[in-house]
Amino acid sequence: MFMDYSLGDLGSIFVMQAFAGLILFSIFVLMALGLAIIFGQMGVINMAHGEFMILGAYMTYLTSNLFQTYLPSLYSIYFFVAMAVAFLASGALGLLVEWSMIRFLYKRPLDTLLATWGLSLILQQSYRSIFGAREVGVELPPWMMGSLPVTGTIEVQINGLFVMGLTVVITLSVYLLLYRSSWGKQVRAVMQNRVMAGAVGINTEKTDRYTFGLGCGIAGIAGSAFTMIGSTGPTAGQLYIVDTFLVVVFGGAQSLLGVIASAFTISQAQSTLEFFLSGSMAKVLTLLGVVVILMIRPQGLFTIKVRR
Amino acid sequence: MSSNDDHSKDSSVSRRNVLKVLSTVPAAALLPAAALFPKAGYAQAPATSAVNTTGLAVTDTEVTVGILHSVTGTMAISETGSVQAEKLAIDQINAAGGVLGRKIKYIQEDGASDWPTFAEKAKKLLVNDKCASVMGCWTSASRKAVLPVFEQYNGILYYPTFYEGLEQSKNVIYTGQEATQQIIAGLDWVSKVKGAKSFYLLGSDYIWPRTSNKIARKHIENFLKGKVVGEEYFPLGHTQFNSVINKIKLTKPDVIYAIIVGGSNVAFYKQLKAAGIDLSKQTLLTISVTEDEILGIGGENIAGAYACMKYFQSLDNSNNKKFVEAFKKAYGDKVVIGDVTQAAYLGPWLWKLTVEKAGSFDVDKVVEASPGIEFKEAPEGYVKIHPNHHLWSRTRVGKALVNGQYEVVYETPDLVEPNPFPKGYQ
Repeated sequence: MFMDYSLGDLGSIFVMQAFAGLILFSIFVLMALGLAIIFGQMGVINMAHGEFMILGAYMTYLTSNLFQTYLPSLYSIYFFVAMAVAFLASGALGLLVEWSMIRFLYKRPLDTLLATWGLSLILQQSYRSIFGAREVGVELPPWMMGSLPVTGTIEVQINGLFVMGLTVVITLSVYLLLYRSSWGKQVRAVMQNRVMAGAVGINTEKTDRYTFGLGCGIAGIAGSAFTMIGSTGPTAGQLYIVDTFLVVVFGGAQSLLGVIASAFTISQAQSTLEFFLSGSMAKVLTLLGVVVILMIRPQGLFTIKVRR
Repeated sequence: MSSNDDHSKDSSVSRRNVLKVLSTVPAAALLPAAALFPKAGYAQAPATSAVNTTGLAVTDTEVTVGILHSVTGTMAISETGSVQAEKLAIDQINAAGGVLGRKIKYIQEDGASDWPTFAEKAKKLLVNDKCASVMGCWTSASRKAVLPVFEQYNGILYYPTFYEGLEQSKNVIYTGQEATQQIIAGLDWVSKVKGAKSFYLLGSDYIWPRTSNKIARKHIENFLKGKVVGEEYFPLGHTQFNSVINKIKLTKPDVIYAIIVGGSNVAFYKQLKAAGIDLSKQTLLTISVTEDEILGIGGENIAGAYACMKYFQSLDNSNNKKFVEAFKKAYGDKVVIGDVTQAAYLGPWLWKLTVEKAGSFDVDKVVEASPGIEFKEAPEGYVKIHPNHHLWSRTRVGKALVNGQYEVVYETPDLVEPNPFPKGYQ
């Protein structure tokens, strides 16, 4: 398999594959962050996570249309507005869902799985009724397309860079929010011991609601970013949900660092394998690897030490 | 018969009313007018006992057919257009007097993108509803699932999708093109016009792309004396194509030959564009992206790519103009019509013409009458049913434009003979 390429080619292969792997890594982190927060804090298995992402994608589509119609001169920056809209819309829906459904199910994690799965079906059908069964095309401002040539054979994609930058910003914000703010302290307290946290005066209900909202909001931003590379249709969220759970479970559900480590491992493995084998084969081998590692380490790569 | 007599008794009164309506909305009133006067409208209708000897759902005024597509689940995106086209054809046939003097009534069932459901619903349509014919299915998997049902209960299916071939059934009329009508004609074209010698084959990982690429590879290696520099498959719904795009950049094939299906296409073309592959310089040939998919991909991301199909919405002929106009009138100005949608539209019309030639709704007689049926008003131009139950049709190559439409750049001079079992390709 190495014979077909010259040494110089192989060099650029590794650089470009590493870059492709980094893009995939950023995407995995974006997908999994929201889920990890919700799953880790509340033990809620949110099967509707993909649909929250797609809500963000649809919001981007709407914002794009709005800018095209009313503010064509500002079109080049619409994407930033769209991400904010996506965050707010998905976050607001998250708050609503938490208030109307999830809060009654905290002590029954398996029921949240069923309930959110039902929610995902409802959301899919709503998208189908509102936006139609067909995929919608989200147009990007021209500056976000294309690539920057580094050397003759190595090129760097602009929207790949954009997704990476976005991931860094969001991960940092989540980190600061969780580990450097008083609200984050409350969240982590609730995460570690709900009853005790309540006893020392933390309003666990409120913490839950906003954490769930935040997780869904991040899903919305992820969805918005995916319009650059993926499809936006009523059932497109389903495409992402398996990968997302894979990343979260592999990483260890309660750990931010775990999510990042697991996203990195899976993406690099898949990207490298994809180059030397075929796309389907890479996916199978990656899954196999994850299964084997989870058999040895059922709790995932990283966990928080909690007294049980 | 008594109900018919009732109609003729008070016909003088209502005929006047109908005339009044007719003068205001003529087209819309045609249907109810015809329905009100079975005797006047369908004067030559032959007796039911003569045209239906096998107990199908045919009455003196109505004949029931089935529509079987996915309107929920992942395939709904693709099959929506087919359902719309079949309903439009049925409405038009009814407005023009129906089939053997009978109005077509349809029963629609949802296959829900699930193959066992398709088989179950097919059985329901044939056994419980006694449908005289069924228009439906999209993926090869759903067709393979319903095939034994149609053969066991002797129904007839009009199947609209282009597919991998290697199949023929007395109970199916394939109104889309089989592999050789699409793949070989398209490859010959790029080899001749673009001088292409090296090809990179890409596809989704299931039966149709794999079989199609097998045929393509044989044709490239044995007949075009070209080289396949890469062949790769991705799971359905895959959204990460960076690695394969890197490989394409390194191997620099003359032609990227892509048969990725569904939502993955959106990811693929967006990432191609982002990776700086300019489709006006790099030839890309696809047989799986119709105008429908471009809605999701965005015209600006795929402009310059070539598609090999038998139908494009932009076809410049009077049949097609009428068809596009009627379609837009029925479903709104924003709809687009892809290759399969047009093939689905042919189903009800071909069935009507066959039934009228056979002089009977009986499936055996329809099957017997099918070879040689010509439909001159087809939007794609003239088509004819071959004894192997596929259609003679032209193959065309279109170039994708920024506005999401294809510009036809090549068309086979003659109808291409369908050949579902090509020699040397099995």
